[in-house]
Amino acid sequence: MSDQLSTEHLLGIKALSAEDIELIFRTADGFKEVLNRPIKKVPSLRDLTIANLFFENSTRTRISFELAEKRLSADVVNFSSGGSSVSKGETLVDTVNNILAMKVDMVVMRHPDPGAAVFLSRHVNARIVNAGDGTHEHPTQALLDAYSIREKLGRVKGVKVLIVGDILHSRVALSNIFCLQKLGAEVMLCGPSTLMPRHIATLGVKVEPDLDKALRWCDVANMLRIQLERQGGDGIGNFPSLREYAMRYGLDLERYQRIGKDVVIMHPGPINRGVEVTTQVADHANSIILDQVENGVAIRMAVLYLLAARIPRSVG
Amino acid sequence: MQAVEILSGKAFALTVERLCHQLIEDHGDLAGVALIGLQPRGILLARRLRKELQHILGKELLQYGELDITFHRDDFRHRSTPPAPSNTQLDFSLDERKVVLVDDVLYTGRTIRAGLDALLTFGRPASVQLLVFIDRRFSRELPIQPDHVGKWVDSIADQRVSVEWKESDGMDRVMLHSQHA
Repeated sequence: MSDQLSTEHLLGIKALSAEDIELIFRTADGFKEVLNRPIKKVPSLRDLTIANLFFENSTRTRISFELAEKRLSADVVNFSSGGSSVSKGETLVDTVNNILAMKVDMVVMRHPDPGAAVFLSRHVNARIVNAGDGTHEHPTQALLDAYSIREKLGRVKGVKVLIVGDILHSRVALSNIFCLQKLGAEVMLCGPSTLMPRHIATLGVKVEPDLDKALRWCDVANMLRIQLERQGGDGIGNFPSLREYAMRYGLDLERYQRIGKDVVIMHPGPINRGVEVTTQVADHANSIILDQVENGVAIRMAVLYLLAARIPRSVG
Repeated sequence: MQAVEILSGKAFALTVERLCHQLIEDHGDLAGVALIGLQPRGILLARRLRKELQHILGKELLQYGELDITFHRDDFRHRSTPPAPSNTQLDFSLDERKVVLVDDVLYTGRTIRAGLDALLTFGRPASVQLLVFIDRRFSRELPIQPDHVGKWVDSIADQRVSVEWKESDGMDRVMLHSQHA
């Protein structure tokens, strides 16, 4: 059992080992308990400063990271690209180096371009946490998803997880596939063929176009959000209409009851109610959508804590 | 490494019993008292005290909890690997309670300092006492002194004192480990 992460940055799940993930989960267990105390704060990171750089919109992830940082007593600065020098033409490395010149130790970054986090980790002197880079990876989301499955079912190994929807544009799907496979779960994908990457089966996942068949196979169904902002133009590039998508790939109560077993329902948020899932399914007793959000803070605290442990202490 | 037994058998049992009676002497029937063991090794003493107190008083009276102090330690990033957390089991508020903090060995006092810090995140106790099984005298790095002590031990820095318990280690005894003979 290792006590230390094998990596200095969290750029993607792909670079983590199963041991790393288990360590993050064990540490998150501790933080989950802290989050239920009357005073939900520990002093571990009080000598560190973290910059949250969001070059793309986010509510949940951003609030979750900020809460995680504050509950670890880190100093936090927030930055979003709207109203910043980015619109004046400053490059990413320049922007970040200017922020680091103000003595920032860690950077949490969301960026619309795949690979932005990896690029940054090679060019600036700070620990990088990828909070989503384009259609590439969203590692903390995958960690909290797997952690929520582990909490609900007691294990991840051997669990059959179905990921439904816009696989093509989803960093959540890719990170989830890597994470679940490293932990020994089976993964199946389901969605319109226009939203299914061409060679995705080479990752060792099953692909099933029929949602009803796929639902009968799985223990957990993760209903991804249709990324309207990435469908190009008016958002009707890859499927005829939201209504048709909802009919073929949406989960309503009737379809859910037809499965005939207690499939756990997940959604990374924000939900388009009536599209990916209906209100009755989102608020169903087997839905762990809000547990995912709650666990997100503990997981992010664990990631920041374990990465911070590897930052050498500055002397003087 | 050489190990010498410094407490065991009848004397060990008497020490536990004496600590229980001291608590009763101080707090009467222990109503309003919360006995809190520090993870990882203090909980073994706390569990034993709880059992013994129950036996002496004939009923379960005190609140009992177990506290992990990992995230309150002052040596985070001073060590090569981050300390791993253990479970905290404390499902009641400490507001207005008389807390007895329990650990097995008191050495530099840093663990207790972190314990006090962690304790305060569960409320504002009326008072906090410290009970330790072994007090390694003259080795404190912080101004922390115990209220109840099982046994005082004079030892030097490269020695180590360990308390072993029947439940986890097979035998009740205290050992003094030395680098050199």
